[in-house]
Amino acid sequence: MELVTPEIGLVFWTTVSFLVLFFLLAKFAWKPIMSAIDDRERSIEDALLKAEAAKEEMSRLTNENEVLLKQARAERDLILSEAKKIKEQIIADAKEAAHKEGARQIELARVEINNQKAIAMADVKNQVAELSIQVAEKILQNQLQDQQKQDELVSQLLKEVKL
Amino acid sequence: MYLSRILNSKKIALSLILGVFLTFVTCKTFAIQHEEHAVEASESHNEKEFSPSEVILEHIADSHSWHLWGHTTVALPVILYTDQGFEVFSSAHFEHGHADYKGQYYTYRLVKDKIAIVGPGEELVAGANMLNMHKKLIDFSITKNVVSMWISFVLLLIIFFSVSAAYKKRAGKAPKGLQSFMEPIILFVRDDIARPNIGYKYQRFMPLLLTVFFFIWINNLIGLVPFFPGGSNLTGNIAVTFVLSLITLIIVNVNGNKYYWKHIFAPDVPVWLYPIMWPVELVGIISKPFALMIRLFANITAGHIIVLSLISLIFVFKSVAIAPVSVAFVVFMDVLELLVAALQAFIFTLLTALFIGTAIEEHHH
Repeated sequence: MELVTPEIGLVFWTTVSFLVLFFLLAKFAWKPIMSAIDDRERSIEDALLKAEAAKEEMSRLTNENEVLLKQARAERDLILSEAKKIKEQIIADAKEAAHKEGARQIELARVEINNQKAIAMADVKNQVAELSIQVAEKILQNQLQDQQKQDELVSQLLKEVKL
Repeated sequence: MYLSRILNSKKIALSLILGVFLTFVTCKTFAIQHEEHAVEASESHNEKEFSPSEVILEHIADSHSWHLWGHTTVALPVILYTDQGFEVFSSAHFEHGHADYKGQYYTYRLVKDKIAIVGPGEELVAGANMLNMHKKLIDFSITKNVVSMWISFVLLLIIFFSVSAAYKKRAGKAPKGLQSFMEPIILFVRDDIARPNIGYKYQRFMPLLLTVFFFIWINNLIGLVPFFPGGSNLTGNIAVTFVLSLITLIIVNVNGNKYYWKHIFAPDVPVWLYPIMWPVELVGIISKPFALMIRLFANITAGHIIVLSLISLIFVFKSVAIAPVSVAFVVFMDVLELLVAALQAFIFTLLTALFIGTAIEEHHH
């Protein structure tokens, strides 16, 4: 019975001491500890949320970059193929122009050659004629030095002339 | 519920140990025949028959002096409130109950470590207690339990002020040292005791729950240490558990909202049942903290009794041969009591939180 009967003295001291302990701990220990823990938890949560947001932003940016890259690539391909087309066009044009120019030059050259040939031929003909005349002159001079031969020739010529 | 499973397993363990213990007690008659192996027990130097129950009850009861070791005893101050006025003197005057002390108003005697007034005709008038308040002597002495409680308070203040300082110093950083040891326990009280049972208003009750939890736990642990500064049986003292459960009772009922009181005075039953319901509900208000008081008291006292009984076996058998068995069982019990120390602190705090939770719950049914 003694064991289960609360003693007034101990009840009194326990009450007083416990209340003092409670207020001391509540004010100087639990309050700062709990608020520190809460603050830290909140900051950790914030940090996690921020990290998550940053990750999302990052993936969004990556996606955007990829899209941009794809677009750029497509554009580049387009530009390249156009340039190729243009290049081919230019080459074809140039070839054609060169052909034409070449043909024209050849034509001109041929005309010039023909002209020069004609001139040269005319010249040659003149010279030949002159030479022939000189030769003929010389021959005639030689032949006409004796009389007989002159007569012979005149007769010859007269024979040939048909009246 | 997982809680009842813990309680059950503890009951099973206790009954197992008690069973083994009783088996040894039946061997007592056998052991007494081998008295030539008897050792001189320190208590038996006065040739008195060793009485385990007396020794055990003396050890688990409160005392006016603190036995440190050997013949060294610290006399504690005695503060008496009599119908004539206060009396303050040292308990050394009693010379361990061998002498009476003539105070200013009365002559006092130590009877079974309790102070009584010796009347003119040698009749004894015992001091008042909670069951019998109207006496001319009330004992407010600083007893062994009070000193032990103050030691635990100093420990608690040192521990948690330093932890609190660590939080200030390392604001926003990871905990370190003692702080990192205490933080999971504080978070356990918050996340596993307060939050699930009280709900979103838990923050208001955190200081109380933390104080109760650590107060019970550290005093349970101090009670397990067999020598100074341990050795007291504070949380196994009904006065201490009475105060703790009284605080629970007051906190619960002061914070009870209209749903709580409606549940008690106007429950959802036919009106003609009210005369039956009111006494039942009112008993319920008292019985919940009462169960808290008895549970803590009985668990801790039972642990102490078992450990002391196992030690007493050596002196009952008067044989050193039994010592290894005793020590083995005591070690086992001490390990179990380490668990019980934390478990009882947890249960007391959990049930307090649960009662507060039901009292401040917003909507019923």
